[in-house]
Amino acid sequence: MIEVNPFVIFIASIFTNNMILSNFLGMCSFIAVSNEIKTSLGLGQAVTFVLTFTTILNYFIYYNILVPLNLEYLRFIVFIITIAAFVQLVEMIVERYLPNLYYALGIFLPLITVNCAILGVSLFMVIRKYTLLQSIGFSLGSGIGWTLAIVALAGIKQKLKRASVPKGLEGPGITIIVIGLMALAFVGFSGIVQIQ
Amino acid sequence: MSGDSPKKIFIMGLWKDNPVFRQIIGICSSLAVTNFMINSLIMGLGLTFATAFSELTISIIRKFTPKHIRMMVQVLIISVYVIMIDIFLKAYYPEMSKALGPYVGLIITNCIIMGRCEAYAQKNPPLSSFLDGIASGAGYTLVLLAISFVRELLGFGTVFGFKVLGDWWTNWTIMIMPPGAFFVLAVVIWIARSISLEDKKKEKEVAKA
Repeated sequence: MIEVNPFVIFIASIFTNNMILSNFLGMCSFIAVSNEIKTSLGLGQAVTFVLTFTTILNYFIYYNILVPLNLEYLRFIVFIITIAAFVQLVEMIVERYLPNLYYALGIFLPLITVNCAILGVSLFMVIRKYTLLQSIGFSLGSGIGWTLAIVALAGIKQKLKRASVPKGLEGPGITIIVIGLMALAFVGFSGIVQIQ
Repeated sequence: MSGDSPKKIFIMGLWKDNPVFRQIIGICSSLAVTNFMINSLIMGLGLTFATAFSELTISIIRKFTPKHIRMMVQVLIISVYVIMIDIFLKAYYPEMSKALGPYVGLIITNCIIMGRCEAYAQKNPPLSSFLDGIASGAGYTLVLLAISFVRELLGFGTVFGFKVLGDWWTNWTIMIMPPGAFFVLAVVIWIARSISLEDKKKEKEVAKA
């Protein structure tokens, strides 16, 4: 594979290869939690934080433990355990030392374990054979891109409350159409840079 | 407890409680793999397999699992089946395995499986849980096929890779790109919800009369 500058990957994963809008990862919480800008921002921060650190952790575990032992096929189990354990650990540390942050992020942390974006980024990292620096750029960018998308959606949804929507389309239906329009807008970025 | 009848389970899974358009869960993967019908079919079968057997296993051991670690146990059981699917695909359908990429692994975090395990398999006997898994998986597969039918037909003019529309057809590139997936899914949800609204209206009228 050609060496791509980690910074290029970082920018690309925010705009052109946005986790939600082009890879469809993390949709469940994306639709459920995007009602207020403030909570969306909180969730976005929590996701970015966990995403970056678990990807780095998984990188070391995969290349230093699983590959030498020929246990690559166990990566699903190992990754999900790493993510769950990390989230639990962060929850305990944050609760103990940063109670303010805990109240802000606390409710989101358990949700994150099952957020497909987190596992997805780790799996993409393996499939695309990223180096450590590239993985950091990729995970950080994906987290920021995810936050960007969810905050934007929350903003749109607040205006949407006052619009009259056909009966069957109310709720999730119209939300998905809005996401589709956002995805369309993000396709416009694809001229900037492309990664796979 | 004898569990629900198979017929009821299937109606619930396919229509009344359809995971995708009724509960809006598990749509991450439903969008990503719907550019070709064959991808959707394999993905749907994989998910059905994983859901059915995870529910079966969880239902069998439900009485011995301590309550507070059950989530972890569920995730591990699901991962085992997903790894089986992954290895199977790699061995027999390497092309397919490449096309689906990370989305096979993402079956683990697919909310459908976790949701059904937690909501159904924890409380019901093994056989009905197994059937429930098949029904939910089938409901998911149907929606996937419906979405990918529209996307593949409009995007490439093909169905399951066979050319259906002639040369006069201009491919709608938008359908293959991510936005197309969102629009088609939204329309599917719209149609399904409108039909169920009609049903509810009728039920009310019958009740009044």
